[in-house]
Amino acid sequence: MTTPLADFRAGLVAVFPTVAAAVPFALILGQQATAKGLTPAEMLAMSSIVFAGSSQLIAVGLWSMPAPVAALALMALLVNLRHVLMGASLSGKIAHFGRLRFVAAFLLTDEAWALSERRALDKPISRTFYFTVALTLFVCWQVASVLGTLFGAYLEHPETFGLDFAFPAIFIALALGFWKGARRTGPVLVASAVVAVAVHATVPGAWYVIAGALAGIAAAVVTAPHEVPASAGEATR
Amino acid sequence: MTIDPVNFAAILAMGVLTYMTRILGFLIADRLPKSGPVRVALDALPPAVLVAVIAPIVMSGPIEAAAGLVVLVLALRLPLIATVAVGVATAALLRLAFG
Repeated sequence: MTTPLADFRAGLVAVFPTVAAAVPFALILGQQATAKGLTPAEMLAMSSIVFAGSSQLIAVGLWSMPAPVAALALMALLVNLRHVLMGASLSGKIAHFGRLRFVAAFLLTDEAWALSERRALDKPISRTFYFTVALTLFVCWQVASVLGTLFGAYLEHPETFGLDFAFPAIFIALALGFWKGARRTGPVLVASAVVAVAVHATVPGAWYVIAGALAGIAAAVVTAPHEVPASAGEATR
Repeated sequence: MTIDPVNFAAILAMGVLTYMTRILGFLIADRLPKSGPVRVALDALPPAVLVAVIAPIVMSGPIEAAAGLVVLVLALRLPLIATVAVGVATAALLRLAFG
């Protein structure tokens, strides 16, 4: 077992690169929101109530006055559907959180989920680790997105600095941690990548994440070694 | 510092539906089996989702593909923060040179 202080430190170390990637993203989000006429208070409301980067950025792109409420809500649902898959995978690993799971769910992001799954490969996910990661991201997200509404005009072409590449770079590095050999993980990666790229090129919206993930897990099930359940063997004795 | 009521309604609707996607996975996972094909599928989920998110970004152009390859190699040797820093610098330099 690890101590809460050690878990707190591990959480801070783990979350640091994702904060470095999320802050420029949030600054751009704030800047775009200002351009659409949203106030800093509205930005803060959105960042704290929705707290989901991609859907917020797409929402700001779709925003008009008066706000298209139904279209924005449906878009948020579709873009964030991937959370269902993430939650299903993470659930058993944080079962010991008890009622705090409902708070943990509110703070679930791609980053907090990926770092927790990575952590779960080596150690159990403690409350301290999860909430250190998730709350740090939450606070930085609020601060940076509001700062973006105030100072965003100075950050017009962040892609020149390669900052948009921080997010995929983190995920590539984290994905390597799930490698369990070419036979087990290879088919998952190939199926997921091919289907995600194909759907991304042909279907508008965020369906490619769902489609790619489903293709990946289908590949895992199809190529899994045929296991004989131990209980079945005993029952026939 | 003002909040328009229609804007707030949109934000609230987005927030409620987003929370539903977050809690739904936790709620259905408790009813899922601990072994067999469903378990295999759930275990494969983290890498499958990560790759589905990354692949279209990395395949969006030759610069992204090259920078992605650099990150892949570096991530085997360097800590995460150094990998990300070099990856970002690589993307920026390649864009400066060829962009």
